[in-house]
Amino acid sequence: MIYWHIFLAFFIPGIVGYGGGPASIPLVENEVVDRYGWMTVPEFSEVLAIGNALPGPIATKMAGYIGYEQGGILGAVVGIFATVAPSLIIMIVLLGVLYRFKDSPKVKRMTNYIRPIIAVLLGVMTFNFFFNSYVDTGIMQTIFLVVASYLLLEKWKVHPAYVITASLAYGGLFL
Amino acid sequence: MKMKQLDLFLAFFRVGMLGYGGGPSSIPLVHKEVVEKYKWMNDDDFADVLALGNTLPGPIATKMAGYIGYRVAGFTGMVNAVMATIVPTILLMIVLLTSISSFKDLPWVAGMTKAVVPVVGVMLATLTWDFFKKSNETLGKVTAGLMVVGGLILMEVLNVHPAILILVLLILALAKKDKTPELEKKIERGVG
Repeated sequence: MIYWHIFLAFFIPGIVGYGGGPASIPLVENEVVDRYGWMTVPEFSEVLAIGNALPGPIATKMAGYIGYEQGGILGAVVGIFATVAPSLIIMIVLLGVLYRFKDSPKVKRMTNYIRPIIAVLLGVMTFNFFFNSYVDTGIMQTIFLVVASYLLLEKWKVHPAYVITASLAYGGLFL
Repeated sequence: MKMKQLDLFLAFFRVGMLGYGGGPSSIPLVHKEVVEKYKWMNDDDFADVLALGNTLPGPIATKMAGYIGYRVAGFTGMVNAVMATIVPTILLMIVLLTSISSFKDLPWVAGMTKAVVPVVGVMLATLTWDFFKKSNETLGKVTAGLMVVGGLILMEVLNVHPAILILVLLILALAKKDKTPELEKKIERGVG
């Protein structure tokens, strides 16, 4: 019974949460706190804050941890499966259809029409990242980190793994 | 085949461990690994995956990992790539939450999280620029410009959901008859 509840609690936010993992967090809270009463609001906020301090997608971290709390390892597996599987299956089926008609002018046009919208979405995300950085660390640190990482990534072609690790070290020591 | 599974695991392990700020911050990392490093798909295919991923509900990072894993190495590849993206950080989370509960209040942890944000910003900016350039090449500067401005107004000012906009554009692209320049202009004006 608990596994069925865990499944539902994460299946519903996964399937109605448009806009990626972060958009589904309030829906997860609704299920976990309001419907099933597994946690209080402060407890949920605590878990969310720690999840945000760690790398990786947030929705699956929440599902894994809350599933584990409620139903052990199997609970974690059920929570993750309910979050990931439904939309992934739809995606694989739809892209399979798309690739079968890959060379048709209609499919090419679909790709072309959508590209500027994706550019806008990515642009807005970029702005939010820079703006958050400005609010959290101030203008000088932000400019320094932006210029340094731009030179490393684009001019000297250093792999992002090293640049991100270096920035983590810098932040740990100086921010 | 074994090498491919190992490559998949490594690529998405790095994506998961380096993607600070939730799933969307992993988009430029996935691009780096999948298009630039391992060349499993080209920019066009990646744009399709990203577009459809944005149209469908659910977390974006695992949708990309799962689909790319599936395309590169079948069902095993899919499970492998999704696991590599999420399991390491979930384990980290369970360990940290059950041991040190004041983890996030440690000043150096907070500092680390802050410093990585502008770096991801730079990666996102580069990827954004690639999409703009490619849009100009395929649609022409005027049409691409109109669509960008139109999309920005619709999504940011009028709060139209991106999934709806993408869906409408997909339907227009399907419904449009081939090679009728006049109709093309009308449709693009209607959208942009």
